[in-house]
Amino acid sequence: MINPDSVGRTFKGVEQVTVTQSQIDAFAAVIGENDTSVAPPTFSIRISLSQYESILTQPEIGVDWTRLVHGDQKFEIFRPIVAGDVFTCSATIETLRVAAGNEIVSVRSDLHNGNELVVTSWSTLVVRG
Amino acid sequence: MIEVGMALPEKVFYIDRTLLKAYADASGDQNPIHQNEVFALSVGLPNVISHGMLTMALAGKYVTQWAGGSANVREFSARFIKPVIVPAGEKVDLTVVATVTEVDGNTVKLDITATSAGVKVLGMAKAVVVK
Repeated sequence: MINPDSVGRTFKGVEQVTVTQSQIDAFAAVIGENDTSVAPPTFSIRISLSQYESILTQPEIGVDWTRLVHGDQKFEIFRPIVAGDVFTCSATIETLRVAAGNEIVSVRSDLHNGNELVVTSWSTLVVRG
Repeated sequence: MIEVGMALPEKVFYIDRTLLKAYADASGDQNPIHQNEVFALSVGLPNVISHGMLTMALAGKYVTQWAGGSANVREFSARFIKPVIVPAGEKVDLTVVATVTEVDGNTVKLDITATSAGVKVLGMAKAVVVK
C-alpha cells in the first residue's frame, strides 16, 4: 500500500542527470525524427520515470513498481531540452485514490536546469491490486 | 490559413518488436511486458504490448512534423486507454490524425486521434503548438 501521508509532499531526486547528444539521437531515431538539435517533446519521460522509480519505491512511500501501469501523461514544455542540460528532478505526489482495488497515484515532475524550470510533467500511475 | 475545425493529414507509423527494443533502450524502460511474450502472457496480457510512451512519442512526432519542429511543442497530453498489441514478426499500424480546436495568434491547439488495428489507443490526446 502507498503511504497516504506522502500525498502533497515533494521528494527531491537523488542525483543530477546530464542530457547527452547520443541520448537525444537514440530517442529521435526511434520515432524517425531527423532534427536532433533539440530533444523530442516526450524525451523528458526518460528522466522522470527513472527518478520516479527511485523515489516512489522508497519504503516510506511504498509504490510497487512491478505492478505499475501508466495511465496518462501530460507535458508542459517551457523550452526544448538540449544536450548539456543538467537536471534535478523532483517528484510531487499530488493525489492518491483507490478504485477497483487499484491504487491510482498522480505525480508531478519538475525538471530544473539550475534555477530554470524547463519541463513540468504529470503522470498518472496505476498500481494494480 | 489555419482555422478551427481544420483536419490535418493522416500519417501511419509502424510498430514492430525491433522498434520496441529500440525504444526500451532509448527510454530506459526495460519492462518485459514490452519485449518478452512469455512474461506478457503470464501477467494476463494478450501479447507483447507497446510502451504507452512509445505510442505517445510517435504521436508527438506527428505533431512536431506539422508544427515545424520539436521546439514548437508547448503542451502535450494523452491517456493510455488501450494497449497497442505487437505480435512477433508483425508490423502493426499506429494511425494518427488531428483536428485544430483553437487558434490564438500563433498558438494552435490540436485534438489528436491515434488508432491501432482500428482501435483507439490514446484518449484525450491534445497538443498546444506554436506555428
